[in-house]
Amino acid sequence: MAETYMALASFAQTWGLVYFVAMFLVVLVYALNPRRQQQFDEAARLPLKED
Amino acid sequence: MAHVETLQKRMTFGELGLLITFGLLAFASIIIFARAWTPEYAFHALLFAAGSIAAVFAIGNRYLDRPAAPPPQTIDGKPNYNLGPIKFATIAAVVWGVAGFLVGLIIALQLAYPWLNLDLPWISFGRLRPLHTSAVIFAFGGNVLIGSSLYVVQRTCRARLAGDLAPWFVVLGYNFFIVVAGTGYLLGITQSKEYAEPEWYSDLWLTVVWVVYLLVYLATIWKRKEPHIFVANWFYLAFILTIAVLHLGNNATIPLSLFSPKSYIVWAGVQDAMVQWWYGHNAVGFFLTAGFLGLMYYFVPKRAERPIYSYRLSIIHFWALIFLYIWAGPHHLHYTALPDWAQTLGMTFSVMLWMPSWGGMINGLMTLSGAWDKLRTDPVLRMMAVSVAFYGMSTFEGPMMSVKAVNSLSHYTDWTIGHVHSGALGWVAYISFGAVYCLVPWLWNRPGLYSLRLVNWHFWISTLGIVLYVSAMWVSGILQGLMWRAYTALGFLEYSFIETVEAMHPFYVIRALGGLLFLVGGLIMAWNIWKTIVAVEPQSTSDSGQPALVPAE
Repeated sequence: MAETYMALASFAQTWGLVYFVAMFLVVLVYALNPRRQQQFDEAARLPLKED
Repeated sequence: MAHVETLQKRMTFGELGLLITFGLLAFASIIIFARAWTPEYAFHALLFAAGSIAAVFAIGNRYLDRPAAPPPQTIDGKPNYNLGPIKFATIAAVVWGVAGFLVGLIIALQLAYPWLNLDLPWISFGRLRPLHTSAVIFAFGGNVLIGSSLYVVQRTCRARLAGDLAPWFVVLGYNFFIVVAGTGYLLGITQSKEYAEPEWYSDLWLTVVWVVYLLVYLATIWKRKEPHIFVANWFYLAFILTIAVLHLGNNATIPLSLFSPKSYIVWAGVQDAMVQWWYGHNAVGFFLTAGFLGLMYYFVPKRAERPIYSYRLSIIHFWALIFLYIWAGPHHLHYTALPDWAQTLGMTFSVMLWMPSWGGMINGLMTLSGAWDKLRTDPVLRMMAVSVAFYGMSTFEGPMMSVKAVNSLSHYTDWTIGHVHSGALGWVAYISFGAVYCLVPWLWNRPGLYSLRLVNWHFWISTLGIVLYVSAMWVSGILQGLMWRAYTALGFLEYSFIETVEAMHPFYVIRALGGLLFLVGGLIMAWNIWKTIVAVEPQSTSDSGQPALVPAE
């Protein structure tokens, strides 16, 4: 039981951290990519669009 | 229109399925009613039976009255939005809101003047307190979230809501859950878990309603005409999905019997506490924060007529917020049997939440750039701007209170109550009021609200109420915390418990006064909304909104 716990905890504390940081970097690349400038400018105006 | 009349009217799969389901549910409820172990549970079985029979009649009548063809997806090339369930949720939100504020005032007065419990079990503080929290969070806030989300998803996807009966099932089923939960508290049916008081059968019912809500939302996004999924929908989706997971996780209970309202959780002790606060804090994070941020990202730009300040920041705000929030729960269990590392983890993630929270606040407020003058003339926009400011304030205070050293002073004191209410009254209620004031004229096709002056009165009276409430609780809470930890020179506790209670009495009275002002503001809103809805229809229904010109003869 204790060994399972230690194994799970150390997995979460190492690879879990790596996973979250990597996911966050993906989000940053997606959000800050200059190629999406126009798409995001349009999206920011979405609530203002009338039918 | 001969081709329409030749279409043969048939019952849809959903209509037939729901008729059979509700018929069976009515039958089962009557059996449970007959064999229930307690009269309170029998009453709830009766409620379920009555609700099911009413549903059978409603669905049957609707089928008889409706045309053969399903409602069109578009009319003249424009999406044919489904607004009926949203109207119901909006009115329900206002009604539950006023009721919840009233119960809050009553329990505030009970704390100041305990004889107001009147020695009656049904209206004792212990039963009315969950009635208040559930009424304002789940009944008022929940109806605002469901109504506004179903509106925003249609408008930003340019598509009619998916499903025919499903949206009605979500709205009516959710409000039925509220009735069962609320009457249960008064009758003494509770799991005694904060914000998760309803017992197993109400929880099961809510699970069904919530899954249908998720499916309606996803299916509407699926058939969207707009290629991009607008950021508000991401926040709403995170709210719907996470609440489903939290609700299932925290209510893993086994009932004593089908005929008993009582159930027991499958894990016990510190594990139960951990899961409870994983649930409890994420109810704050995903119900009261992510969901209402969905409102912010739609209604603030719409009302200010300005684009979102930084759409990129909104994406980072979203992902950072949901990555961090889910870990913050253990800060509710500082200095308890919970392992130390788990407490530290909760504290660390809470402190990190500063960044996405403030990023979001800045994004919301800066959306007003170029429209700051509207704060002077438009009290609805002012209400929403103040709500975003309160969001910033309470998300600063929260992480601070999660730090163990601060928590050792603030925990179990009124400081927590003050913090919760600066978030609930300032942020959640104000963004909701703003959204309701926007939505009602749009939904009922009115040129505007009945009176903007009344909104102004609502704003100032409520704001004064919040200031009185929060400042009274700060003083009371810190006083209480300091008195608890005061020692004499000989190492004895300086104050008995009752002395701390006596010291807090004046602040309890001030708090009740603040609550009264907030309730008065809510009543002003209800009156304004009512007058807006019953106002005579605008004369011209033409697209231009201008009266047709008649040539002179």
